[in-house]
Formats: sequence, structure tokens, C-alpha cells
Amino acid sequence: MYPIVKKKKLADKIFLMDVKAPRVAKSCLPGQFVIVKMDEEGERIPLTICDYDKEAGTITIVFQTVGASTQRMESLEEGDSFQDFVGPLGCASELTDTPVEELKKKKIVFIAGGVGTAPVYPQVKWLHENGVDCDVIMGSKTKDLLILADEMEKVAGNLYVTTDDGSFGFHGMGTNQLEELVNGGNTYDLCIAIGPMIMMKFVCLLTKKLEIPTVVSLNPIMVDGTGMCGACRITVGGEVKFACVDGPEFDGHLVDFDQAMKRQQMYKTDEGRSMLKLQEGDTHHGGCGLCGGDK
Amino acid sequence: MDVLKKVPVREQEPKVRAANFAEVCLGYNKEEAMEEAERCLNCKNAQCVKGCPVAIDIPGFVSQIKEGNFEEAYQVISKSSALPAVCGRVCPQESQCEGKCIRGIKGEPVSIGKLERFAADWARENNIKPEPAAEKKNHKVAVIGSGPAGLTCAGELAKMGYDVTIFEALHEPGGVLIYGIPEFRLPKSEVVAKEIENVKSLGVKIETNVVIGKAGTIDELMEEEGFDAVFIGSGAGLPRFMGIPGEQANGVFSANEFLTRNNLMKAFKEEYDTPIMKGRKVAVVGGGNVAMDAARTALRLGAEVHIVYRRSESELPARVEEVHHAKEEGIIFDLLTNPTEILVDENGWVKGMTCIRMELGEPDESGRRSPIEIPGSEFDLELDTVIMSLGTSPNPLISSTTKGLETNRRKCIVAKEEDGATSKPGVFAGGDAVTGAATVILAMGAGKAAAKGIDEYLSGK
Repeated sequence: MYPIVKKKKLADKIFLMDVKAPRVAKSCLPGQFVIVKMDEEGERIPLTICDYDKEAGTITIVFQTVGASTQRMESLEEGDSFQDFVGPLGCASELTDTPVEELKKKKIVFIAGGVGTAPVYPQVKWLHENGVDCDVIMGSKTKDLLILADEMEKVAGNLYVTTDDGSFGFHGMGTNQLEELVNGGNTYDLCIAIGPMIMMKFVCLLTKKLEIPTVVSLNPIMVDGTGMCGACRITVGGEVKFACVDGPEFDGHLVDFDQAMKRQQMYKTDEGRSMLKLQEGDTHHGGCGLCGGDK
Repeated sequence: MDVLKKVPVREQEPKVRAANFAEVCLGYNKEEAMEEAERCLNCKNAQCVKGCPVAIDIPGFVSQIKEGNFEEAYQVISKSSALPAVCGRVCPQESQCEGKCIRGIKGEPVSIGKLERFAADWARENNIKPEPAAEKKNHKVAVIGSGPAGLTCAGELAKMGYDVTIFEALHEPGGVLIYGIPEFRLPKSEVVAKEIENVKSLGVKIETNVVIGKAGTIDELMEEEGFDAVFIGSGAGLPRFMGIPGEQANGVFSANEFLTRNNLMKAFKEEYDTPIMKGRKVAVVGGGNVAMDAARTALRLGAEVHIVYRRSESELPARVEEVHHAKEEGIIFDLLTNPTEILVDENGWVKGMTCIRMELGEPDESGRRSPIEIPGSEFDLELDTVIMSLGTSPNPLISSTTKGLETNRRKCIVAKEEDGATSKPGVFAGGDAVTGAATVILAMGAGKAAAKGIDEYLSGK
């Protein structure tokens, strides 16, 4: 069992948890992910690693309740445990493989969208700890959904906060902010964009135009997370890749986002159905197509 | 009684079982087992034993069953096999023990698989356990992977007195026995979990959720955690796809994914959260045991199911019993047929598959006649789900993170057949990680050979 030592609500439907998993904490690096499973009946849910404490043996995860499984996960409190917690999975960020001297010469910009702020944070923190300052653009739909802003402030060189509705910081999206920075004379050698698939797609369209090499982190449908099932396959530069072993980070200019977005829809219907069942609780008498109540 | 024929084994009716996940074959009862055991000629130079990858004393256990000494029969098998209830169910007996049985020359061979299953099931139902080691040895051995190879190697080493820990990447031990082979062929909680309990009762520790190669490496296990030897039984690896257009469409799965969702994640049970595409019309591409498992699973979930295989029936690599059961249940076999494209609708979902008819030409390097396309014979199948069951390629997780571990051209780990030794001292390997996708029993044979190799290595130390 993997106990939850801390739980914090970051925003509406967004939660942070520190989970005790010493083997994972000992080996993990920024860019990697874990798979959690609440209990016997639960799904295996892939989540990026937001932070880690090697001494305490804990991993920080951040999740948004989007379906029945994450909604069930929300009910876990400090002192409760995950039945299963496996990782670190996937390859670490390429930054961790690059000599620090080389990184110091580079001008790096991160663009974090929504919950994508969570996996951006450990990379920025790692760079900061290695004496590399970078620019970070983090955005959300609205002020109340901004997460980890204070934490990011401490480790980012320059932090630019955007909201789609203008309720805080720059009024617009991360792409607008990047355009403005570049128009204002900033140059970048590398962009790392993590967030919703649609956001990463538009960042890549822009950075292709601006000729900034761009890395994205993908979080497709997964089951085992070790390369065994192939559910997470995506097309990158015309080749089929498995996000769990070849990724999760890829050259954003080569990713087939339209295909990846279609694949993400695959279980929407089933997921929606089990959501319905969960919400209706004891009053549920069919309509989900699963329980047989409407036969 | 016709001595030329096997005592028939009771099975669920095809129509009934096509709608449930309960075990198809019900096995022999005492009387049936004793009657079948009577057919054994108890050959002095028993050919069947030579056909068994773990060399079970087959005449030995069969003659105990003949006498009604079921516990003794089980103990005879246990000396050679850690997982008899599994092997009795999933071994390709027709090409191993039963394929060599003298009775088979004139009539049907002795039903060795069903007798093995009977003895193992009887022992389980009567709570008979294998004997743990009397004396402990002062050596720690790590086993990577808890599939058939790892469980066998661990069990054998524990019986010799070694301190063994298995590291399993998934949340449940058993490997392919849990995620791959379906419930209706190999019951999980009654059979697999109990066999694993038996291995644990020998003193083996199992740590789940540990992906060696990611959460620590083999070098770390040996240098930091004090393991004196390591056995790699990490299994087959990454599923292959055909590389045809439309393969990334929604509704195309690897057999591994489909079976993992259903078996490991128990998606077929309502109370479990993991979803699975049930499909109305499903094609499974491939002709091995995994293809049969995927097809029969899809059928039980309610679909019309086609097996699409490019060679003819006699080349089907699956066990004869699986093909027979699949046909009885109503799986449609589209043989000498090969997909050329998956047809996709405007929303990215599978709507069909273009196939081409094949004919058999000259034998290829595998000795099987190679299939050749018949020009102009393309046709479309209307489908909503395609399951690719084309085998696997090795997972690089361990080989790429272990210093000095040699792999071959096919990226499989190189290990000696007789003792499992790899190019790295103290590291042994066996099963699909070495051979590429093969059978449960061959993996067990390799696990057993490696246990002997590890014992020799550590006793010489």
C-alpha cells in the first residue's frame, strides 16, 4: 500500500497529493510519470510526476477530476492509501541528459496549460537547482483555476501568467503571450509545452512558424505503461511510437495531434456512462447501458 | 470402454459458455481420471517424459492416479513442476507429452494434460502444499517478472533453500497467466492465485509494482540490495502491428491491450472501472493461442467474431483444443486471408477492413508454406473492431539499462539454453525475454534450467 501523506485542493476539481513510494522517489527524474490504482476495482491511471522528495520517499501528483475514476480518487484523504503506485515510467526529460554548461547557453521557454503546470514544475525546478534560469508561461481558463503559481514563481527566471478570460495576468492564451515575447525581441532556442492536446497543437503550429524547436509531453490512453499493450501508440514523424516507453516527451513538430486527439476520445462514451452511474448513486436505475437496469 | 479412445472430458455446452467467462473444460472426476490412467502402458523407456520441457515423471504420476493415490501423484508432479494446475490447462500437449505417447500410434494418446490437471486440482481442493526447503542457504536471488519463467525459477530456488524475491511490474503477480490467458481457459482466483500461493509458501517473496530498469536497475539490485544472482524472466514485450493504413484508428487494439483490459483489469465485470470496447463485429488478425483467446473473449462480450489468418488451417499455430473450442463457440475462420487496409470513418473509428485472398507457395524458413497474395482478390469486411495478434518484439527496458548484457539481432537477451547464463556474470535469463513469444511450458523449462544454473553458480562461489 502507498499512503497519502498530504492532500491539498489546488483549485476547483484539481487536487495535489504527496504519496509515499520510496522506490519511485529514489529513481525518478523530471518528465517521468507514474500509474496509480486506487483499489481492486480501480483503473490504472497515468499521472505525471509533479515533484519528489528523495529523502522522505514521496512523490507529488496532481490530478483533475474528469471521469468516474478520478472522481473516486478525490474521495481519498490523508492517511488513506493507494493500493498500487508504480513508476517512474517513461523517459526522463532530455534536459536531464544535457550537460548543464550547454543548458546555460540555451534560452528556454516553458508553456504550461491548465493541469499541465504540474509536469512543467519539476523541470523548471530541476533547471533552477542546476543554475539555469528559464522563462515560464503558465495559463488557465480563469484566475480560480491557476495552480502552483507561488511554487513556480520561486523557480522560474521570468514567470508570465495568462488567463483566457483576462481575470488575472495577461489576457489571452499561452500562444499569444509567446508571440508577444518574441515580437518584443525575445529569442528562444527551445520551447517545452505541456497541457491539453489542443493547446500543444497550437503551440507547435506557432513555434514551427517561429522556428523554435518544441518538445511536448503526451498523456494518451494507457493500460500497463511498460510497453506491453500499445494503447498509447501515436504517430511521430510518420512512425508509430509508444508514449509509455518512447515518450512521454516528443518533438512537437512531428506529432500527429489530430490523430492523437481522436484516439483520446475512444473511451469517452463508456467513461461518460460510468460517470452517470456514479452521480446517480442509489437512484440509478439504468440509462448507462452497463448496469442492465434498463433492460 | 474403448481403450483406443480417451475418456471424454466434460465441458460446458458451446452455446452456454459463449455467453459466460466460466471455465470451458470441467476436468475429470476421480472415477474418470482413474479410468483414463488405466490406459497408460507405463512404458519403461517413456517417450512422453522426453516430450515434456520440465521432464515430469509422467508414468510415475499416472500410475499413482491409477491406484487412487492422488496426493502421491501430485507430489511426483511437484518435483518437476511448480505450476501443474496451469500446465494441465495450457500446455500444447499434442506436440509434447501426448504427441510422443505410444498409445497415440494406434488411436488416441493418454490424456496426460487432463490427468495432470486432475492431480493438481485434487491437491488444491484438499489443501496439499509442496514441501518447503529444510535448510536455508545464505544467498539472495532476485527474479524479475512473475510469469511462468519467474515463478518456476523462484520456486525451484526456494526449494533448494535460497532467499528469493520476485519483482513484478504489474499490480498482480502471474504475468501472462494473469493478463493474457482468459478466465474461461485458466481461472484466476481458483487456479492461478493458488499456484502463486504455493510458490509463496515455499518462502518466495513477491514485490509488485516494481519496474526493474526504471525503479532501480539490475546493477543496483546486485550492488546496493545485496542480491547474489538475478534471473530475468520479463516476458515478451511490445506488441507488433502490421504497418497497414488505418491501424491507428479508434477500435484497433493489440491483443495484449484487449486481453489485459479484460483479464488483468477485469473489464468484463460490472463492478470494475476499466472500460473495454465490446464491439459488434470484430476481426482478430493472427492464428496463435493469443488470437484464439482474444477472439473467444470478444465473442463472450457479445460480438460476431472473425479470425483472419493468412495461411491455412493446418498452419494455425494455436493449440488444437483452442481452435476446436473456438469453432464450437461460433468463431468464423477467414483463412488464407490477409488485411491490406483498415477502413476508417470520418470520426476516426474503424468501419471495415480490406483483405486479400492468399494461396500457399513454397515452404519458408519456418518450414511452413508461405502465403502469396492472389492478385485482384481484394474484398471488404464490415467491422467496428480489429484486434491485432501478431506476436511481440522484446521490451528494451532491461537490456538497455543493464551494463554488459548481450542481446541478439532480434533484441532478445542472449542466454545459454542449458543453464540460462547470460553474458553478465551472476545474471541469468529465460522465457519469452530470451526466445521471443513462445509457450508457458517452454518458459517454465527455461526457468527450471536457470534455477539449476544459478545454484551451480552460487555453490561454486
